[in-house]
Amino acid sequence: MEEKYQDEFEEFLKALENGEVTAEYDGKEISEAVCPANGSGKGDNNEENNSIVSLLQEIQKEHHYLPADVLKEVAEKRNIPLMDIYSVATFYKSFSLEPVGKHKIVCCSGTACHVRGGKKITGEISRLLKIKPGETSKDRLFSLETVSCLGACALAPLVVVDGEYCGNMATSRIESFLEERLPLQKE
Amino acid sequence: MVNLTLNGLEITVEKGTTLLEAAKFYGIEIPTLCYDEALSPYGACRLCLVEVSKPGGRSKLVSSCTYPAMEGLVVRTHSERVMKARRLLIELYLATCPSSKTIQDLASKYHVTKVRFTQKHEDCILCGLCVRMCEEQMQAKAIGFVNRGAERRISTPFDAKSDECRLCGGCIYICPACRLRCQGPNEESPVCNACLNLSPPCLDQYDDAMCYMDPCVACELKIQK
Amino acid sequence: MSLSGIKIKDQEDLNRLQNVLKKRRNDEECSVAICGGTGCHSSGSEKVREAFQRYLERNDPEGKIKLRLTGCQGLCERGPLVVIFPQEIFYQKVSVDDVEEIIEKTVLNGEILERLLFTDPISGEKYTYSREIPFLQKQKRLLLGNNRLIEPTSIMDYISLGGYGALAGALTKMTGEEIIQEISYALLRGRGGAGFPTGQKWKECYEAVSDEKYIICNADEGDPGAFMDRSLLEGNPHLVLEGLIIGGYAVGAGEGIVYVRAEYPIAVQNINNAIKQAEKLGLLGENILGSGFNFHVRVVTGAGAFVCGETSALVEAVYGRVGEPRQKPPHLAEQGYMNKPTVVNNVESLANVTVIIRDGAERYRQVGTEKSKGTKIFSLVGKVNNTGLVEVPLGMSLREIIFEIGGGVQGGKEFKAVQTGGPSGGCIPESLLDMPTDFDELASAGSMMGSGGMIVMDEDTCMVDIARYFLNFLKEESCGRCFSCREGISRMLEIVEDISRGRSSLEQLELLMELADVVQDSTMCGLGQTSANPVLSTIRYFKDEYLAHILEKRCPAGVCHDLISFSIDKDLCTGCGACAKKCPSKAIEGVIKQAHMINLQKCTKCGICFEICKFGAVQKS
Repeated sequence: MEEKYQDEFEEFLKALENGEVTAEYDGKEISEAVCPANGSGKGDNNEENNSIVSLLQEIQKEHHYLPADVLKEVAEKRNIPLMDIYSVATFYKSFSLEPVGKHKIVCCSGTACHVRGGKKITGEISRLLKIKPGETSKDRLFSLETVSCLGACALAPLVVVDGEYCGNMATSRIESFLEERLPLQKE
Repeated sequence: MVNLTLNGLEITVEKGTTLLEAAKFYGIEIPTLCYDEALSPYGACRLCLVEVSKPGGRSKLVSSCTYPAMEGLVVRTHSERVMKARRLLIELYLATCPSSKTIQDLASKYHVTKVRFTQKHEDCILCGLCVRMCEEQMQAKAIGFVNRGAERRISTPFDAKSDECRLCGGCIYICPACRLRCQGPNEESPVCNACLNLSPPCLDQYDDAMCYMDPCVACELKIQK
Repeated sequence: MSLSGIKIKDQEDLNRLQNVLKKRRNDEECSVAICGGTGCHSSGSEKVREAFQRYLERNDPEGKIKLRLTGCQGLCERGPLVVIFPQEIFYQKVSVDDVEEIIEKTVLNGEILERLLFTDPISGEKYTYSREIPFLQKQKRLLLGNNRLIEPTSIMDYISLGGYGALAGALTKMTGEEIIQEISYALLRGRGGAGFPTGQKWKECYEAVSDEKYIICNADEGDPGAFMDRSLLEGNPHLVLEGLIIGGYAVGAGEGIVYVRAEYPIAVQNINNAIKQAEKLGLLGENILGSGFNFHVRVVTGAGAFVCGETSALVEAVYGRVGEPRQKPPHLAEQGYMNKPTVVNNVESLANVTVIIRDGAERYRQVGTEKSKGTKIFSLVGKVNNTGLVEVPLGMSLREIIFEIGGGVQGGKEFKAVQTGGPSGGCIPESLLDMPTDFDELASAGSMMGSGGMIVMDEDTCMVDIARYFLNFLKEESCGRCFSCREGISRMLEIVEDISRGRSSLEQLELLMELADVVQDSTMCGLGQTSANPVLSTIRYFKDEYLAHILEKRCPAGVCHDLISFSIDKDLCTGCGACAKKCPSKAIEGVIKQAHMINLQKCTKCGICFEICKFGAVQKS
């Protein structure tokens, strides 16, 4: 076994030296590899994986929220007290027990965004979408969330619409900005 | 065995003893709201704070119910720093949950006579005794904490009747906020001003010592719970 | 042939690979580095990269021009950034339309495109080369420096710059004890918050007797206003991973865990990828580089809770449980994850470990102050001209960082304060700007280093509002277990809110300070103990602002909603009607071409009119 590795290594070095190896051997081919989920490290969907957070993350990935009946089912199947699951589901901010809207608007409320007027922007979006932060519109079209910090402070104030980071927002610009991206209903 | 100093006394306790247990063993009373002998210590009410320091080190306040006795530790249960924190915390408790007799009694014992915060009327102080009772003694886990921060509360999963709950009543039995209801407070003041608010002339608080005349006349009033 | 067949079996193999890759790198005639950091990404760097790739596929089939999508290069606000090597020509705000010209003119002919150059916001001077730009010139980019040279997804890029050499040296020539000594001698202090000496932390874990130990990399960067950990994990994940493996070897851990925020998907992906690559090459796993040392790393993603940055809460979160801190002792070095000795290090600390072992502690010690060595990455944000990540030697004055690197306050406004240390830190006034920034100096000023957020505030920032902001943040982010933290923060917020509404008194201010002291003293974990800092530091340095709110019912900065009102200056108003059109509550009345008026009964004080008026006619009082 060792020898086989050694041969391959020598071969690889030679190929590199001769310029025969192209970008795909830069180790990039693995960059597309699927990110493993959390867990015990002993296998992702393993029965031993009893990390509630990772179970919930998987459920949320599938359903986009945490449906009560699924949680109850998981509790029973995995023999985890339902109370523990409910505590974790309500403790962490990324979990939602309610279905979320089709379009997700996230306003960053980090310090940098705050000093550059982020609060006003959240207020304005809230007014335009007619929902408060943390709520989903009745037609399940929009969800508005605030997040403590998205780590893109240089772009403050920041709004993320369906995963797209939109920096340097201004209150006077927000209406036309949202209209471009979302099916807003005019009054 | 571990040797440490408690309010100026050299004491020896078994390894693994908490400071609260040590103080109790030596007859020193430390107030608690979230502690119960039969349940695991939780350290949430912060009333059992004591000042600890290692020789040469800076002192800090820790919850005695969760802090293990350590060799050479100097512990003060009623120092000025402790009392300042404890009094303000009692004031906060009173501002949050004035209808608990346990809290009113603590207020009178610690001479907290006014509340400077906006008055709230909560039924729960989130001490978690009921949660631990349900889990550790009743093996049910029917109730638990929900949410976090200021939104934290105690509830059942999905706030619905829990299948695990056997209606044993253990949670109600152990609750310091609803076990004993205070008749007061009257409208003008959140402080009860009733049964125990006599400010007995008791000298039980010094940095390194406390009254060992237990029970004395003044204290007997306090003991009649 | 694929990477999975290749194993680096010892240091010599690694050296040979490094040399070959180095040579190949030197043979590169020219390369284009496009910044793919979050800032540039959101300004469209991915599209720019695609345009480059498309153009090169057509016009450079032999692949002479090497294209790299790198991690964050720092000057985020000017994105997308493109650097052309070997000259290091620095272009900013590059768009898809510029691509062809960049290749044809600059890359192939060395011609400079004036319009894409960086212009200093103050002096108006233009800079061609990145090494000339004051923002970059004044920095010492020990950790971030390589970000622009490598593709974060390529382990070969990292190795070509000598990567994993530190690990090989540590495994073959040093014992765990020697590494810890080296780290202690380098005076490395934890970069995640309180600045605890890393060497001492490791020593405690090293000395603990146990068959199993763990090392956790804390990448749960939750401080609002800080994003250096994100940038390191996204831009140079192998640097962090190498430090983690060295740390694992030093303390005797067999397993490393990277706990990273799920809000940073690229960081999660890049670190996962880095782990896989290192495993395939034999830099992770069993018998690393023939040393007999076995080490495995896995990634756990967080679900969003600031309090999980506290080490004991972090351990709970790694289990996947509710992230509540617990009382220490027992310390994690005795009883941590799985009740085994555990050491938790921040991302930036681990990156520093790699640098120390690579260059030697002696060299590392040449940078920094007497008690704090090395560099620190700050995220310089807020009302400052050049926002972005800056890495400077510890001890550089705040004034240098903000005014020379940061280019001063935006819009020529007056500087008021700089907030450091996130919600656990405080606000530092102008008078203290010459203070050297290190752990102890910041702490003595009532703030702290924290993870390195540096938020610049100008005259338009209200300090009462800032205190309120942080209390509000902490109210949501506290786990809620300790009564003193949960109720204390809520009550502090209550008082500060009353102050900001002009409904408070001096007695309440006294009470606020008394309460802040008690909360600081009586809470279990670091979150609660430092939660009073934003309040105490703003009262300490900006008491006059508090007094103006309390006594005069006035907000000097014009921020606090209840204490301001808007009006239109009749003489300045041109009657253009722009404000009336935008006013969400239809509170602005008037006829076109005549002065307008604000109906105060309808006005919600949103400030849109103030922002939109080009003539300065809308006034705030």
